[in-house]
Amino acid sequence: MNIHEYQAKEILRQYGVATPKGQVARDRAEAASITRDFGGQSVVKAQIHAGGRGKGGGVKFAKTPDEAAELFDRMLGMNLVTKQTGPEGRKVQTVFISDPVDIARELYLSFLVDRATGRVTALASTEGGVEIEEVAAHTPEKIVKVAVDPAIGLAGHQARELAFALGLSGESFKKSGVFFQNLYKLFVEKDCSMVEINPLVVTTQGDVIALDAKISFDDNALFRHPEIVAYRDLNEEAEAEIDASKFGLNFIKLDGDIGCMVNGAGLAMATMDIIQHHGSSPANFLDVGGGASEEAVKNAFRIILQDPGVKAVLVNIFGGIMRCDIVAGGVVKAAREIGVTVPVVVRLEGTNVEEGKKILSESGLRIQVASDLDDAARKVVASIR
Amino acid sequence: MSILVGNHTRLIVQGITGREGLFHAKGCRDYGTQVVGGVTPGKGGTEVEGFPVFNTVKDARAATGANATMIFVPPPAAADAILEALEAGIELIVCITEGIPVQDMVKVNRVLGEHPGQRLVGPNCPGVITPGQAKIGIMPGRIHLPGHVGIISRSGTLAYEAVGQLSALGIGQSTSVGIGGDPINGTNFIDALKLFQADPDTHAIVMVGEIGGGAEEEAAAYIKAHVTKPVVAFIAGQTAPPGRRMGHAGAIISGGKGTAKEKMAALEAAGITVVVSPADMGKAMAQRLAAKA
Repeated sequence: MNIHEYQAKEILRQYGVATPKGQVARDRAEAASITRDFGGQSVVKAQIHAGGRGKGGGVKFAKTPDEAAELFDRMLGMNLVTKQTGPEGRKVQTVFISDPVDIARELYLSFLVDRATGRVTALASTEGGVEIEEVAAHTPEKIVKVAVDPAIGLAGHQARELAFALGLSGESFKKSGVFFQNLYKLFVEKDCSMVEINPLVVTTQGDVIALDAKISFDDNALFRHPEIVAYRDLNEEAEAEIDASKFGLNFIKLDGDIGCMVNGAGLAMATMDIIQHHGSSPANFLDVGGGASEEAVKNAFRIILQDPGVKAVLVNIFGGIMRCDIVAGGVVKAAREIGVTVPVVVRLEGTNVEEGKKILSESGLRIQVASDLDDAARKVVASIR
Repeated sequence: MSILVGNHTRLIVQGITGREGLFHAKGCRDYGTQVVGGVTPGKGGTEVEGFPVFNTVKDARAATGANATMIFVPPPAAADAILEALEAGIELIVCITEGIPVQDMVKVNRVLGEHPGQRLVGPNCPGVITPGQAKIGIMPGRIHLPGHVGIISRSGTLAYEAVGQLSALGIGQSTSVGIGGDPINGTNFIDALKLFQADPDTHAIVMVGEIGGGAEEEAAAYIKAHVTKPVVAFIAGQTAPPGRRMGHAGAIISGGKGTAKEKMAALEAAGITVVVSPADMGKAMAQRLAAKA
């Protein structure tokens, strides 16, 4: 789960990690008054769940309270297109007003879970304000990695290693140790999957502060963090995906022609791949899970067919736990109730497969039954030609 | 022979009185696995479907001589169940549970390092099966055929797909290992490759990977250096968009890393037969075996 910058900074402050002062403005008057509180100048920042906001025009400096009000008006409701939003962009629904700071140096710091070592790892680089992927690609030697032992936490010497790597000294060096250790504590206690401070800024006064902050959380751990769930912004999520999650379905919309309903994430990806291999493209990723009910299957169908781009549907079930007769029942029910007009190809394998095929063939509906994965892909691609 | 699971396996089930746990305990027993009991804290001393139930893994092991466990404990307590099995000295721990917090697995991973004689498979996996002998997991036994091809897969249903294709061509399997779709797991590709390479009963290997992380690239390097048996591979997620978690917690392309393209190139460079279509895993293996014969 992702949250906004202003929410991330709230959490940082709870953990004693320094950030610039800032506040969400509800209207233009408030944008001006917050700016006045900051001494007459501010940074106006559009809040969307995507990076690259500055280049897209979502971060602007206001020299006066009036200008902040103007920028607020311009940003709220605008469609912000960045490198990470895709060409369709994202509508700005929240605007954050931040106190400007005098920047001496811009650095980079993040924590993530490194899969290779199985440990929380800090990445630090002197190349702040630049995407870390760029740094990794061109000057990997500029990235310092520190893996943390979960039984010990970020040790003092590790915090110093990071500080030295970032070229900190004097007062900033001292302040950075607390900063890094608090950030690690936050990462673990809040079950983060990534905390990225880019840029981490050293001010002309020698303070070390998080000028920007991006935090994402481990979805598997949300059950123990109601306070994080409360930060969820449904405006940032696709409607169909929210709808699907209510039925335990894992759905991601794509831009192709063929809707897919599959059990298991790996097989769902493979089904998308084989559709492309046969010359068409998948309209979605959809994993109905291991023990989906008839109701879930029916809703999966409904959600797939909501997409007007879907020209045909491929149902691919290899039953382990999942029973083929239940899937077939759900497909038939959905086809009847929703009134499916596009071609449907069903491939069933596994438990109770014969009963499943019988339900489909006796339904009187125009459903093609496929013998295997390749046959299914061929049939569904042929059906839209 | 074969690896990990077999006639020697004496299995207990953690979470045996739960719906899933009991269903699959019976499934394993029906397949021929010696299921010697189960664990549910607070229900020790009772019996369910002929399985003796114990309060702790330690008790269960002492009473039954179990050498393997299958975990169905729900996500909030699953990591603790793995730690309990480690402490009780169970050699093979198979964790089926999906949805364990990553931070919990970071801790488990740390403790695993202190138990070199024990092994974790999973979490978020279908388990391990040696066709004709025994299974620890939720896979449909009847699609399998005893034979000599080893299977390693991050995805459960794609492992079934690979097995189904092989069996349809009359090619049997030595053991099929589901290593799971989470970012941090116990047994990884390299661990399983090592076991299959050393197993005289395994003549060839199917490896099923997917987007996210760098485990497939590491496996490719390992195969090039240490594996002499033919390997066929498929990587799922060639059409997956970047930045989205594709069902499995570990299946995500982040920062342009972990793409199917990179993984396929690394595997090909290591001399592995990489199929573009998931429907070609069986056929490609048949060809590799025919060329070897």
